[in-house]
Amino acid sequence: MASKKTNENKVTPEDANSRRDFIKKSGLFTALALAPPSLVMASENKWDEKIAEYLETVPLSIEVNGAKHNLNIEPRTTLLDLLREQLQLTGTKKGCDHGQCGACTVHVDGIRILSCLSLASMQQNAKVVTIEGLSSGKKLHPMQEAFIKNDGFQCGYCTPGQIMSGIACIKEGHANSREEISEYMSGNICRCGAYHNIVDAIIEVKEGGKLI
Amino acid sequence: MSKTSNINRVDGFAKVTGAATYSAEYKTAGVVYACLVGSTIAKGRIKSIDTKKAEWAPGVLSVITHLNVDKPAGYKDAKDPHNFGQPLQIFKDDSIVYYDQPIALVIADTFERMQYAASLIKAEYIKEEHQTDLNKAKDKERKVDTKKGDDYHRGVVDGYKNAAIVLEEDYTIPTEVHNPMELANIIAKWDGNKPTLYTKSQGVEGTRRSIGKVFGIAPEDVSVNSEYLGGAFGMGLHTWPYEIAALIGSKKLGKPVKLVLHREQMFTNVGYRPYTIQKIGLGATKEGKIVGLTHEAVAQTSSYEDFMEGTVNMSRFLYNCENVTTRYRIVPIDICTPIWMRGPGEATGSFALESAMDELAYKLNMDPIEFRKLNYAEKDQEQNKPWSSKYLLECYEGGMERIGWENRKNEPGAVREGEWLVGYGMGTGTFGCYRSPTSVKAKLLANGNLVLQCSVNDMGPGTATMMTAIGAEVTGVSSDNVIIEMGKSGLPKGPTQGGSATTSSVGSAVNDSCQLLVKKVIDLALLNPVFKNSKAADVSFVDGNVISNKDTAKRISLVSLFEANKLQELEVENQSKADEEAKKYSIYSYSVHFVKVLVNPKLGKIRLAHVVSCADIGTVISQKTSAGQMFGGAVGGIGMGLMEVLEIDHRFGRPINNNFADYHVPVNADIEKQEVFFVNKKDPISNPMGTKGLGETALVGMAPAIANAVFNATGKRVRDLPITLDKIIETAKV
Repeated sequence: MASKKTNENKVTPEDANSRRDFIKKSGLFTALALAPPSLVMASENKWDEKIAEYLETVPLSIEVNGAKHNLNIEPRTTLLDLLREQLQLTGTKKGCDHGQCGACTVHVDGIRILSCLSLASMQQNAKVVTIEGLSSGKKLHPMQEAFIKNDGFQCGYCTPGQIMSGIACIKEGHANSREEISEYMSGNICRCGAYHNIVDAIIEVKEGGKLI
Repeated sequence: MSKTSNINRVDGFAKVTGAATYSAEYKTAGVVYACLVGSTIAKGRIKSIDTKKAEWAPGVLSVITHLNVDKPAGYKDAKDPHNFGQPLQIFKDDSIVYYDQPIALVIADTFERMQYAASLIKAEYIKEEHQTDLNKAKDKERKVDTKKGDDYHRGVVDGYKNAAIVLEEDYTIPTEVHNPMELANIIAKWDGNKPTLYTKSQGVEGTRRSIGKVFGIAPEDVSVNSEYLGGAFGMGLHTWPYEIAALIGSKKLGKPVKLVLHREQMFTNVGYRPYTIQKIGLGATKEGKIVGLTHEAVAQTSSYEDFMEGTVNMSRFLYNCENVTTRYRIVPIDICTPIWMRGPGEATGSFALESAMDELAYKLNMDPIEFRKLNYAEKDQEQNKPWSSKYLLECYEGGMERIGWENRKNEPGAVREGEWLVGYGMGTGTFGCYRSPTSVKAKLLANGNLVLQCSVNDMGPGTATMMTAIGAEVTGVSSDNVIIEMGKSGLPKGPTQGGSATTSSVGSAVNDSCQLLVKKVIDLALLNPVFKNSKAADVSFVDGNVISNKDTAKRISLVSLFEANKLQELEVENQSKADEEAKKYSIYSYSVHFVKVLVNPKLGKIRLAHVVSCADIGTVISQKTSAGQMFGGAVGGIGMGLMEVLEIDHRFGRPINNNFADYHVPVNADIEKQEVFFVNKKDPISNPMGTKGLGETALVGMAPAIANAVFNATGKRVRDLPITLDKIIETAKV
């Protein structure tokens, strides 16, 4: 957690938002009136932040579930937070934010990645597929159908990540036995403990031979 | 088996498509982002807290600490130390009572700006000496000052000491953390003096009451929505400080506030299964009859509230024994309060009792199952009542057959498969069957759909599926046409989801409301000329039609019935509760876990080659979701047995492994071959369906089963969980 770490680190005044800090402090101590009036007014109306917000963003062209987006994003935004908080695609889950649980698994250019460990700005022109991009109306992807049939979940929170990983597991050629599937699905934690049924679902899709 | 017993999970479509909406995912206009900054000491006072840099950071809307908080009205109330579940009163003053206790709430317009601003908060403390080690705080050991905290005696106190064969051992379980996959999260907003919470709660009505108490408002004025929970396992039984913080922030700003804990905070701020040291004294005759059993537990709690669980309770009734003593003590230390974690108490207790039973069986040179059968309890000696039903022996048989118990040798280390030592073990679990008063509204619509409403949650066990199966069974409406509305306030009041009581409570209410609804339909139909001179017993409600039993041509459809009576819908709201008859019986579920372990003597590696989990839970309402529960409970028990431990660095009073890389939970590769077996026989007493509850007992008994199997494989008895390879690697000598 960033907060804890920095609590112990020494934060020098130089670290902290020097430009706007200066403007704000100037705004607060107008009696000293060293800053020009226009600057003070800008600060009080938070124009400085609005300008900064614009200047500090980076452009991003990204395709998510077939829809093209041209965005200006904060460089700090992760792909996961972009999906969940800005594109309102909350099917992709945040379980740890450290790449340790697999709940945020999505496909980028056909490969499974952990969206919490990827900055959105690194995904220039990428094609992202999330859980919402698998089904079309009532028509489910074979892996989604198999998860329902084999009851490969309980609370459902790790499920989108499991399904995205399960599809990738087959595409990668890592679904040749129960043992191999278990190994290649071990980056996706299911705290409800539905592992037995998750493996059953993946085997069913693999053996079903449908296009995935 | 009824035709509704094997339906798919009814919320499956929503869950596999990403459409299921969990608390922090509700689209809320104008929502702002908040997080909590935690203390970096375990005990003391906040000397100063510098929030200026954070307040000046871009996008920051507010920073709230104990210095500027607008304290909720309920904070004036004196703290009731025996009110289990009374949360820490966040930002009440400058005192720090555990590491990572929230000291500031930072709210900003975007997630990224909030995170950055939080990193700028800096506090200085006046440190006091903390104690986070239960073993070093035993001088503070005391009873819990309630009736449940009293010692229990039957026959001679500590009578085991007088037996021919005596076993006395200590068993330890470490702190375990629930860690559901969904982080604790909330969106809080206010409309005047009425708050709305989208939060991770296992009990909508309980959360309304707690929030009402804290803010000095009526529970009816609190709206709670917890329609989907990404697991909880007991963590959602409390109303936690983070929820109060989000409400305080929202009230101050007049904006909806979204707060999601970091995974690290899940280890420090929202409860855990408490570190517990147990002592078992077990005495038997040379023939193997148990004559005395003493079970003691010393468990940690926080410095600010008492917490206890039923750790020693199963020793009072599981085996036939005249002389039983149980004692339970707590030790307050400087860590946040525990909260019941799946199989609470019983899971901890069964590790001690079922390990000791195995140890004594070896002392007697008996098969552990034969030893248990010899001491089978024909009635509940604690309550002096008959069992409502008990199919424990069937669980033993089912498990022995499936695991291949005949391949087990009583001599440890006697079976090998290549370089692996093979061991077989089993452990018994049990949990009481409870039933709370529950209201359900059942509504038939003209289109033939059945709507069932109850404020109960479904944190994953399949409550909605169970409700659908029962509703469809009773009304004859297809399960595809049953619509469940649940998990939010404003609906007929349901219980908190916990204690394996949901099916017994809510299922019964669905059953009763649906039966009344069918009666209402039939009564209405009998007024129709088609059924002139017919009685209620002469007709049935089938597939949306009221049909004469004698002449199926005589029928009236629901649609025409509604048209004839100018009705849009027909509904019944009814409260169900346990009857007096049930009080005459002792009602328990049972689970027996069997495991076959492979242990590599050179590496100490333990593999669970085969796991068979058997249970007597009365009637199985839903095959798929019940099997899922049992698989999952077993996996939880595997975590408890082999890997889960929250390590505290006592020098600083803080956890070392507060993340999923270092706090190990079972992953897919840990599970090799898993089976489930249900006796599936109706309990004649428990409730109209004859169910007994599953969620908790599904985990209970797995940890000792593993310990017992590891002993059978290696001759090494591990009495402190988890059974990690360092504890058995010396068995290379076997």
